[in-house]
Amino acid sequence: MIEVAVTVNGVRHERRVEPRLLLSDFLRHELSLYGTHVGCEHGVCGACTVLLDGRPARSCLALVAQADGGEIRTVESLSNEAALHPLQQAFHEHFGLQCGFCTPGILISALFLLEQNPDPTETEIRAELAGHLCRCTGYAPIVDSILAAAATLRG
Amino acid sequence: MKPAPFEYFRPTSVEEAVALLAEHEDAKPLAGGQSLVPMLNFRLARPAALVDLGGIDELAGIRVDDGALVVGAMTRQWDLEHSPEALPLLREALAHVGHTATRCRGTVGGSLVHADPTAELPVCALALGAELVTSRRRIPAEEFFLSVFTTALDPDELLVEIRFPTPVGPTAFLEHSHRHGDFAVVCVARSGERIAVGGVGPTPVLWDGGAIDPVGDLFAPAGYKRDVARALLEQAAAA
Repeated sequence: MIEVAVTVNGVRHERRVEPRLLLSDFLRHELSLYGTHVGCEHGVCGACTVLLDGRPARSCLALVAQADGGEIRTVESLSNEAALHPLQQAFHEHFGLQCGFCTPGILISALFLLEQNPDPTETEIRAELAGHLCRCTGYAPIVDSILAAAATLRG
Repeated sequence: MKPAPFEYFRPTSVEEAVALLAEHEDAKPLAGGQSLVPMLNFRLARPAALVDLGGIDELAGIRVDDGALVVGAMTRQWDLEHSPEALPLLREALAHVGHTATRCRGTVGGSLVHADPTAELPVCALALGAELVTSRRRIPAEEFFLSVFTTALDPDELLVEIRFPTPVGPTAFLEHSHRHGDFAVVCVARSGERIAVGGVGPTPVLWDGGAIDPVGDLFAPAGYKRDVARALLEQAAAA
């Protein structure tokens, strides 16, 4: 067993864990943060994407040991009780989700994309979405949602 | 819990890491984990110990030295892609390596050492005539890739940095994959007169100007790969 300390959505957590524990399973099983969805468990589907030290990471492809001392943001951090994040609001308004399984990972990737590039083209958004599998929407409403959120965030 | 159990070490220097690798039979270095962790999750790899290189600060960084771009083995692919120092050829190639989330974690050295025959960075290293500096020697790219997932590194030898010489003449990177971010069917890198091809055999190869005789796979039979390789090589030669 090893000691790890991570900050998740602004709260510090210390745990004794097996070295083989994945970050995705740590978030869900140890911290009960079920917003991070686990799909393929080998880095292909993108559902488990979180921000690790400010950058997107597949939480199924990181040992929690590798994140020791790090800062993690999950989808739970996007909105407060009062209002949805502009990205979430745009997904709601533009039908950017149906079953919602892929949505947390896509929101996290979109958040990073808009931080890096506040005015992305449709092509740039589609290139980013290549790292996320959605089997419901056909992607068009997701692209619309991200374009709309980008416009809102630019003000 | 997906991976089989292993002992875990997080050294803070190259010397310490090399000593741990020598001491523990069947220990594997862990770089960004974007290829190794999927193999652990599938239990295709069951190392007795992992030596996590993430705590070795001296292994990451980008600098220009004596006309060469020198990239630390643990430099994240995303950092090289967005570095003003990066060669245009490397930047173009990196855009094809997985996705943003995997490039933010995946390392330049990890990709080279993993030696996937379809991977972009080994093809660039070969085209550029890069030199791979290890914990004990310098290995030219031509002698580094031995077979599928197999390099000239000894089990207790670490890749420390990669020296990419500045290209003389035109450069180009071309790739065909089934979907953006997938493994390449064929990819081609050109630096001046050197053109390297990936995806056609167990290692990337330097093109001698002749016919390519690829090894087919489940999703791309040999004849299809031959046609794709020919088309990409023509485009690279005309660049």
